[in-house]
Amino acid sequence: MLRLPPFRLVEPRTVYQAVVAHAELGDAAYVAGGTDLYPNMKRRQQTPRNVISLARIPELTEISGTPAEGVRIGAGVTLTQLARHPMIVEHYPAVARAAAMVSTPLLRNMGTIGGNLLLDTRCNYYDQTYEWRKAIDFCMKRDGAVCWVAPSSPRCWAVQSSDGAPVAVAIGAELTLASVHGARRIPASALYRNDGIQYLAKEPGELLVSYLLPPAGAWRATYHKLRRRGAFDFPVLGVAARLDFAPDGVVTAARIVLGAVASLPLEVPEAAAAIVGKPLDPTTIAAAAEAAFRPAKPMDNTDFPLAWRKEMVRVYVRRALEELAR
Amino acid sequence: MTDVLHRAADVSPRAVIGKSWRKVDASAKVTGELRFADDLTLPRMLHAKLLRSHVPHARIRRIDTRRAAALPGVAAVLTGRDLPTPFGILPVSQDEHALCVDLVRFVGDPVAAVAARDEETAAEACTLIDVEYEPLPAVGSIAEGLAPCETPIHDHGDRGNVHKHVALEFGDVDAAMRDAELVREDVFFYGGSTHLPMEEHAALAHWSPDGTLTLWSSTQTPHYVHRALSAVLGLDPARVRVIATPNGGGFGGKSDPFSHEIVVAALARATGRPVKVCLTREEVFACHRGRHPTLMRVRTGVRRDGSIVAMDFTALLDGGAYGSYGVASTYYTGALQTVTYQVPHYRFRGARVFTNTAPCGPKRGHGTPQPRFALECHLDKIAEALALDPAEMRKRILQPPHSVTANWLRIGSMGLGACIDAVVAASGWREKFRRLPYGRGMGIACSSYISGAGLPIYWNDMPHSSVQLKLDRSGGVTAFCGSIDIGQGSDSVLAACVAEVLGLAPGDVHVVTGDTNLTPVDLGSYSSRVTMMTGHAAIQAAERARDALADAVAARCGIPRERLVFTERRVLDAEDPEHGVSFAEAVQIAEAMHGAVGTVGSYTPPRAPGRYKGAGVGPSPAYSYSCAVAEVEVDPATGIVRVPKVWIAHDIGQAINPTLAIGQIEGSVYMGLGEILMEEMTYRDASRNLVHHHPSMLEYKSPTTLEMCEVESFLVGEPEPQGPFGAKEVGQGPLLPIPPAVANALYDAIGVRVDQVPCTPQAVLRALKEKQRGGAGRYGPSPAAFPEYAFPEPLRVRTPAQGGDGRAAAREAR
Repeated sequence: MLRLPPFRLVEPRTVYQAVVAHAELGDAAYVAGGTDLYPNMKRRQQTPRNVISLARIPELTEISGTPAEGVRIGAGVTLTQLARHPMIVEHYPAVARAAAMVSTPLLRNMGTIGGNLLLDTRCNYYDQTYEWRKAIDFCMKRDGAVCWVAPSSPRCWAVQSSDGAPVAVAIGAELTLASVHGARRIPASALYRNDGIQYLAKEPGELLVSYLLPPAGAWRATYHKLRRRGAFDFPVLGVAARLDFAPDGVVTAARIVLGAVASLPLEVPEAAAAIVGKPLDPTTIAAAAEAAFRPAKPMDNTDFPLAWRKEMVRVYVRRALEELAR
Repeated sequence: MTDVLHRAADVSPRAVIGKSWRKVDASAKVTGELRFADDLTLPRMLHAKLLRSHVPHARIRRIDTRRAAALPGVAAVLTGRDLPTPFGILPVSQDEHALCVDLVRFVGDPVAAVAARDEETAAEACTLIDVEYEPLPAVGSIAEGLAPCETPIHDHGDRGNVHKHVALEFGDVDAAMRDAELVREDVFFYGGSTHLPMEEHAALAHWSPDGTLTLWSSTQTPHYVHRALSAVLGLDPARVRVIATPNGGGFGGKSDPFSHEIVVAALARATGRPVKVCLTREEVFACHRGRHPTLMRVRTGVRRDGSIVAMDFTALLDGGAYGSYGVASTYYTGALQTVTYQVPHYRFRGARVFTNTAPCGPKRGHGTPQPRFALECHLDKIAEALALDPAEMRKRILQPPHSVTANWLRIGSMGLGACIDAVVAASGWREKFRRLPYGRGMGIACSSYISGAGLPIYWNDMPHSSVQLKLDRSGGVTAFCGSIDIGQGSDSVLAACVAEVLGLAPGDVHVVTGDTNLTPVDLGSYSSRVTMMTGHAAIQAAERARDALADAVAARCGIPRERLVFTERRVLDAEDPEHGVSFAEAVQIAEAMHGAVGTVGSYTPPRAPGRYKGAGVGPSPAYSYSCAVAEVEVDPATGIVRVPKVWIAHDIGQAINPTLAIGQIEGSVYMGLGEILMEEMTYRDASRNLVHHHPSMLEYKSPTTLEMCEVESFLVGEPEPQGPFGAKEVGQGPLLPIPPAVANALYDAIGVRVDQVPCTPQAVLRALKEKQRGGAGRYGPSPAAFPEYAFPEPLRVRTPAQGGDGRAAAREAR
């Protein structure tokens, strides 16, 4: 079987101890559920000498607040807990649905929302064992020089593959990050960068502490996921949409975000512009779907041929908006 | 899933056969007590790892193992020079080495091996082995494999990288074709797929100080592993013991002798310590031996009523890097077209090429799902062209029971008509076919499979299966047989056959299987042969035991021998059931009279009528038949196909255990569904070193329970005269109709043809777009681009109808 490389496990009891440990240890990675990091370590994609477990930090596992004022979700809340939480299911169904669509029940029992939002970017040439990667002389994301998805590219095209991230960006959620220098609060959209290697705009030692949902209100959101099978699979396309409605049904604001077509959750303002100030009807929905289709740039980094995945952007955006129109 | 079991077997007059007794290993499996190969540990055991090639085709210039050997904890390092004797499952293709000697032939080919104190150390040592390669051009496709080349992958084979080519003609195809009222030609591609057993291959070797070797291995063929081990290690076979551990799934993927089995044995000999290896999932993909990617062209002449006048079938197979079972696979792509429908004149041409990819071999259905897909889709098109119902047309052209086909296969019982009737009725075929709304459709397909191959892998005239019985004076019976349970329930079938004859319950029979020291030879769990062959051997051994007991009881108790019956653990007088003895007493009486009671039974398949070169592949004691109807739902916006339900009827003759038989049917439907919908064993091109696209359980897409359809199964058919208690096979045949039934249903749903496996969403969408643009609405290999290959002149064989004798005509002087 594939074995883990040797590492030292540290188990802090508070966020402060965790960030201090990271600062002191240097070569370290945080781990919550381990469903992303440990397989990657077995394949030698990441080989931290120190692993800081977040499993024993109580403050990371709380859900507090109300739909009226906004809800704070600890980054250590598991995907199963999130998907089943009555308040989340009722007032933030897109958040619950995205969590419920991650992988399998067993992995959702271990995996956390924080880990999901920070999921390593993925690629057909990267999520492979060391021996496989050696056979193509590695790639620039780990141990090599080339991006095999686009060999002339100066940057890595590994793909954003979290189900939670497009939803977080679409609904306008915020995140709090902690480090030895203190805490900061950022919009979820500010966390991500369109680079397969430097895909997070945070310092390695900064710890994601909480996921802050905006007040529920006159907006609806949804998440649609395309994948080969009804379980296990990462998205090959995600569509998250939040629409704010006037009482007469006219769309007053819109945010449409695509997953798995770039190295970050890709916001498509062109698509939003096609429906803002208008009612949601087949014509405006088709215009938005067409507008979303154009900038989507799937690459050869996931399951399914990229031409088909690009075509599916139109279909899935249309279906997501149709759901919100109902 | 609500699975419905329809069976006539419930009325079986027998006590055991036809009843759904619990599997003999069920408790051990559900409680986790069953020990698979990787569960085994021995004192002082070392762990092995293989260093595998990371280049697809190269000459090995130099291997330096000194740094690895010097690593603390490393006990031994081996390279190809230590194990120079080649091996291979077929005597005609002894082209593998335990570790590559001069050449590596695919990414994953084993080059060196390390035994160390733990797996981590062994793996680290592998990274310290320096190998210098001289790259050679790599061959990655059928078309490339057919082309002339300067550096063939092997120095054996029929031409260049063509491992094997075959050309056979039964009757006169061209002349018969002239009488056809419709001639149709189609080309198809069936992509590669792998077995994906849950259990990765594992093996443990023990070398004893007296110079004997024991190997535990998750293998389907301990007898063949025994032969290969003895040959490569240069050991007297009598000093080698192979114990097949229960397989956590095999499906044909554990039917070859493998590098890792020989390597751990050699490492145990080198170190004097037990050595174990458990492959990673990626290494299992490298072992492969799965479905050959196959490009096919079929041309058939028919009359207006659908009857076939002649068929011309060509198959081009991508064999991967080694011979494996490939010569047999090549013949199998042409062998069984004739056993379902009457084909009076038939030509088959097949060629298997070597490529620098993982070796292909026997996966469930071995060589026949590909031509079956082609044939059943082709017939569907013919039925439409003739304005015939495809179910009705198939029924009209069935090969009759108790007949001999044009290619000299002897058919016994033949229940395909009953299979068609069963699924047509249950599925509501007549109300639904061509009548469902756009996006939903029904498709039908039939198939047949062998109940064991007529010939062994290596030429010999000994039995294919033997069983020994030991009867204990306590009343216990132990059955010894070389067969191995790979999850299909062969241990339970063995127990059931013995129990039926001796009037016991299956649980009264202890089974000892798959151990070359303890059990008589059975050739292995492949070719759907075990129920047929161990069943007969078990019955013969049990009948001999019954006769011995009956003689003794008759003499001791004064009951006329012919009145004795064995039932409910008693031996009693049929006319006076109170008068009798318990089974244990019967054994004691016999043991007192004649000494220890033990018997043997053996089975050799009947000789087949074909006498031409190539006639060895295809014959079987009996053929099973299947018919499936699939219902599909297609999303025309995405091309995604879902299969809500499959109705499948299987002519099994007589089920030994209906629940186990249904389990095999459902498993076959599942595997067939995976092949038609998603599974793809594919490789990057040469610029990416022909690496496997995705050798992992996550990215090699195989259906989950969520993709699995509802299955309604029917066991039909008459008891087969050649079968044990009338039984025929069920382990492989029911897979065959699933891919074509789904493809045909897709056409019924949205009017497009996807002439390839898998039928992916993008293929469906492309066909749909082509249709919307006024095209044919087809996706599949281009007929114009079908590679032309200069096959030899066919071997001509006169058919039974022509008064032939099964031999080929002498080749005309050129």
